[in-house]
Amino acid sequence: MAEGSIPVPGGLGGATDVVRPEDQESTWLEVLHSWVVTVDHKKLGVMYVLFALFFLVVGGIEALIIRIQLFFPDNHFVSAETFNRVFTMHGTTMIFFVAMPLVFGFGNYLLPLMLGVRDMAFPRLNAFSFWMSAFGGLLLYYSFIGGVGLQGAGSAPDVGWWAYSPLTSRAFSRGHSTDYWALSLIVSGFGSIGAAVNFIATAFCMRCKGMTLFRMPLLVWLYVVTAGLVILAVSPLTAAQVMLTIDRYLGGHFFDTQAGGSAVVWAHFFWIFGHPEVYVLVLPAFAIMNEVIPVFSRKAIFGYPAMVAASVGIGFVSLGVWAHHMFTIGMTSISNAFFVLSTMLVGIPTGIKIFNWIATMWGGKIRYRTPMLFAVGFLVQFLIAGLTGIILSVAPFNWQLHNSYFVIAHFHYVIVGGILFAIFAGIYYWFPKVTGRMLDERLGKWHFWLFVVGFHVCFDVMHVPGILGMPRSIYTYEADRGWTTLNQIVSVGAAIQGIAIAILVYNIVHSCLKGRIAGPDPWDAWTLEWTTPSPPPPYNFATEPVVTSRRPLWDLKHPNDPDEPLEEG
Amino acid sequence: MTHAGHGHAIDPDWKLPSRGRVGMFSLILAAYVYYIGKSTYGPQPRQVLELPILNTIFLLSSSVTIMMAERALVKRAMAAFSAWWGLTIVLGAIFLLGTAQEWRKLITKDGLTISTNLFGTTYYSLVGLHASHVIVGLIMLTAVLIFALTGALKPEHTEKVEVLALYWHFVDAVWVVVFTVVYVIGR
Repeated sequence: MAEGSIPVPGGLGGATDVVRPEDQESTWLEVLHSWVVTVDHKKLGVMYVLFALFFLVVGGIEALIIRIQLFFPDNHFVSAETFNRVFTMHGTTMIFFVAMPLVFGFGNYLLPLMLGVRDMAFPRLNAFSFWMSAFGGLLLYYSFIGGVGLQGAGSAPDVGWWAYSPLTSRAFSRGHSTDYWALSLIVSGFGSIGAAVNFIATAFCMRCKGMTLFRMPLLVWLYVVTAGLVILAVSPLTAAQVMLTIDRYLGGHFFDTQAGGSAVVWAHFFWIFGHPEVYVLVLPAFAIMNEVIPVFSRKAIFGYPAMVAASVGIGFVSLGVWAHHMFTIGMTSISNAFFVLSTMLVGIPTGIKIFNWIATMWGGKIRYRTPMLFAVGFLVQFLIAGLTGIILSVAPFNWQLHNSYFVIAHFHYVIVGGILFAIFAGIYYWFPKVTGRMLDERLGKWHFWLFVVGFHVCFDVMHVPGILGMPRSIYTYEADRGWTTLNQIVSVGAAIQGIAIAILVYNIVHSCLKGRIAGPDPWDAWTLEWTTPSPPPPYNFATEPVVTSRRPLWDLKHPNDPDEPLEEG
Repeated sequence: MTHAGHGHAIDPDWKLPSRGRVGMFSLILAAYVYYIGKSTYGPQPRQVLELPILNTIFLLSSSVTIMMAERALVKRAMAAFSAWWGLTIVLGAIFLLGTAQEWRKLITKDGLTISTNLFGTTYYSLVGLHASHVIVGLIMLTAVLIFALTGALKPEHTEKVEVLALYWHFVDAVWVVVFTVVYVIGR
């Protein structure tokens, strides 16, 4: 816990290329320039996360607009057209320009540091990937002014984030808003594929001495699986968007039923991407859990090999479950049965993980600092989200609840209650490493408790109108439906979460400037990133670290009691 | 097994981007296969498509010539390398020309464009996606040929040339699949 007391592998004294911050007097223009042209994985990681946090606020405001509109029956806060645009933009933004960049940002920042190397395998590809993702986000939001030429402001895409055909055909989607949607996903998709290639190459080719595959931190393993899924899932999305663009611009007939094309094919193509995408987002959340839970339980992770196997297993199974989004589209009984069973199968590796995390905490000396609070919140909520997922995977039950608010509540439980909580844990955990300052613990606890209360008020209750028959994507409802009170409770929960996010943003800004100095290793952790000063110098490690176990920093701190050196696995 | 971290490109993993291309090709292929015979009007494959046997031979033999070029490069026989490499480019260009001629016939004689019917949409998308990869490949091959002729191609670039050759083999392999699906099964 003491500042500066952690032995740096090899020692900084002998390094000739040490850069001291005081040597670099520069104007803000030079600073800005250095960030724009950087290929440093740490700066790119930070930019990914800042970009995502910006869009988190934007997407959050869109969510609040949705909730205000649904607060009263027969409300006219926004028009039906605007409502369609807002939920389309909310979904697209949150998945592609919040969750994905957050995931890539953490991976970019952490992979080289955890593997004891100086940068990713392809630094320039890395910068390219970031700017493609960022440009994709700008392209999506440019549709607000560019959707029907420059005359019709507020013409964002209104086809839902799944963009089912024939809504996207020229006949039903005039102007260019849908084209902006398709192009922004193609552009950011190339960025995602580039980043994924980089993750895999880094993990397999860029490890420090002694870092065998089975000594890699579990986070790195999870990112390898994630990257594999990105390559397999995002490229079909790109292909589907190209087909959509051919339909819209060259008069093609891929999804044109009158010419023999098929709207169902679009649904398949979209969900072949869409379901693995959920795992692209949730596996990095698992990755963060694998680092946070052991450190705050003061125990090594339980069942490392089982965790690796379960991660790879989830990766494989998740590629064969997509049509559980399509039970009501009318498939054969055999396909229905297949997708019911394959979906349920995901529960097994996921269960292994949950049990291993609990076993890690079991008998540990748990410290409930803010990252750990979010981690525990993740465990409980992700379990519930998984259980409603199993419920929805049963085809006959799904026929009742499909496209209802029950489904909305389920996947927000996964994405907010699971993934976002894990991301928050990660932000509180690694913020000291990135900035050199601690996030304020008191504000952190406010953020956690407000968010957890807001989350449960919002999304627990949201299941009920779904069961009562409230469909998704409707812009208003009649007063005699009996959904009014429930919707009002949900909206209040959303507002509470909004306040919690405001506290987080304030905490980040405040702590960046005035936070307590963190030192290299504020959490008494065990992985290599904590051997570097906070923030790490541009070269990360002055000399290449040498590791002999899964917890190199434990070995450095306890030279008389090192972890068992593992056999080459 | 492990490398010191100085951000050097580690070439074998350039295979990964083409894996992403596999994802794209397979989806458009899936669309093609699914839509075989579903076109409700306009020209049908068996009425307008002819087997591009000669073209296929040209493209596939370019896989052999590029292999010969690689062997010459390993031996640092630069003249032989340039000759084999140049021949590969010529064969690829002939293939592209053949495709262009086929398309000209389809458009002018049979009146089949990408918007004519479902068959046109899927046919031009799939064959066009492949042809665009041939074009990209030809541009890269030509760049390497220029480097070789000007003497800028050094022994340390061997691995990069091999990765490029791998891309070319990938393009050829995709053609085998496209040929089978479009001209054999789909006809």
